[in-house]
Amino acid sequence: MKSLEELKAIRDRMQGQVGMRSEDDTQTRVVVGMATCGIASGARPVLTALSDLVQEKNLHNVSVTQTGCIGLCQFEPIVEVFEPGQEKVTYIKMTPEKAKDVVEQHLIQGRIVKDYIIPKTLG
Amino acid sequence: MMPELSLNVLDVAQNSVRAEASLIEISVLADTLEDKLTIQIQDNGCGMTAEQAAHVEDPFFTTRTTRKVGLGVPFFKLAAESTGGSFSIDTAPGAGTTVTAVFKLSHIDRMPLGDMTSTIYTLITMNEQIDFLYLYQVDDRSFTLDTREFRQVLGDVSFQEPEISAYIKEYLAENEQETRQGIAI
Repeated sequence: MKSLEELKAIRDRMQGQVGMRSEDDTQTRVVVGMATCGIASGARPVLTALSDLVQEKNLHNVSVTQTGCIGLCQFEPIVEVFEPGQEKVTYIKMTPEKAKDVVEQHLIQGRIVKDYIIPKTLG
Repeated sequence: MMPELSLNVLDVAQNSVRAEASLIEISVLADTLEDKLTIQIQDNGCGMTAEQAAHVEDPFFTTRTTRKVGLGVPFFKLAAESTGGSFSIDTAPGAGTTVTAVFKLSHIDRMPLGDMTSTIYTLITMNEQIDFLYLYQVDDRSFTLDTREFRQVLGDVSFQEPEISAYIKEYLAENEQETRQGIAI
């Protein structure tokens, strides 16, 4: 069984090197719809993939959060990206694989993954 | 329908989050002798009036405004009742809400429990303002995860720090494996 002792050891190791998360206006927010519609269509693995990748790639200016129903249930799982000063980008019918592309191309290189976004006429 | 019960748990627990609970208790109890699986989600949130509670099992009732149907609770109820189990909601305004679903473990129509580790991990790391008490029990073996204990150790270190979230995931996965001892739930 894993114990709290291990957590204490991690805590001691981290002492002093905990980076403060910047919560200012340079922060990009990635929001995953996690209502019944999202969860039923596979939002949980998408959310996990996004938060794992953001951690793995050390993207300190990106926070991954969840929200309720966005109102476009037929396009779930939906991921919205809010960058400061930019228009919201809505990705639809997401999968963990597509999430990887969004992290690498959009969040790191700044190129919107056009193939995955919602058509203008539907949004 | 949800393909695994752990997704119903994640979904129904979101109601507790929206009810502004400060503590959410989730328990999964599998009893192979009695052939019973009990899943309970209990919160200390705002609760519901008798009228809301009576409506909540109806798919065409929801408190949200973005759409007109609320399938979370009806899905969970159907998943339990289609195994010959039972489903109940105990609530009152200001007194929190307890949702209990009982399944016949061996019933052909019982959905697999699925990835509880991901469900609890998602709830804990995405809702740091809320404490969670998770109990997972198979026959006489069990483990708990209490975020209040974690927070006592960690102080103000966030659960989203990579080392901590990795620990939480491993804690859940390893302890579940040791508790299940090869029994598929």
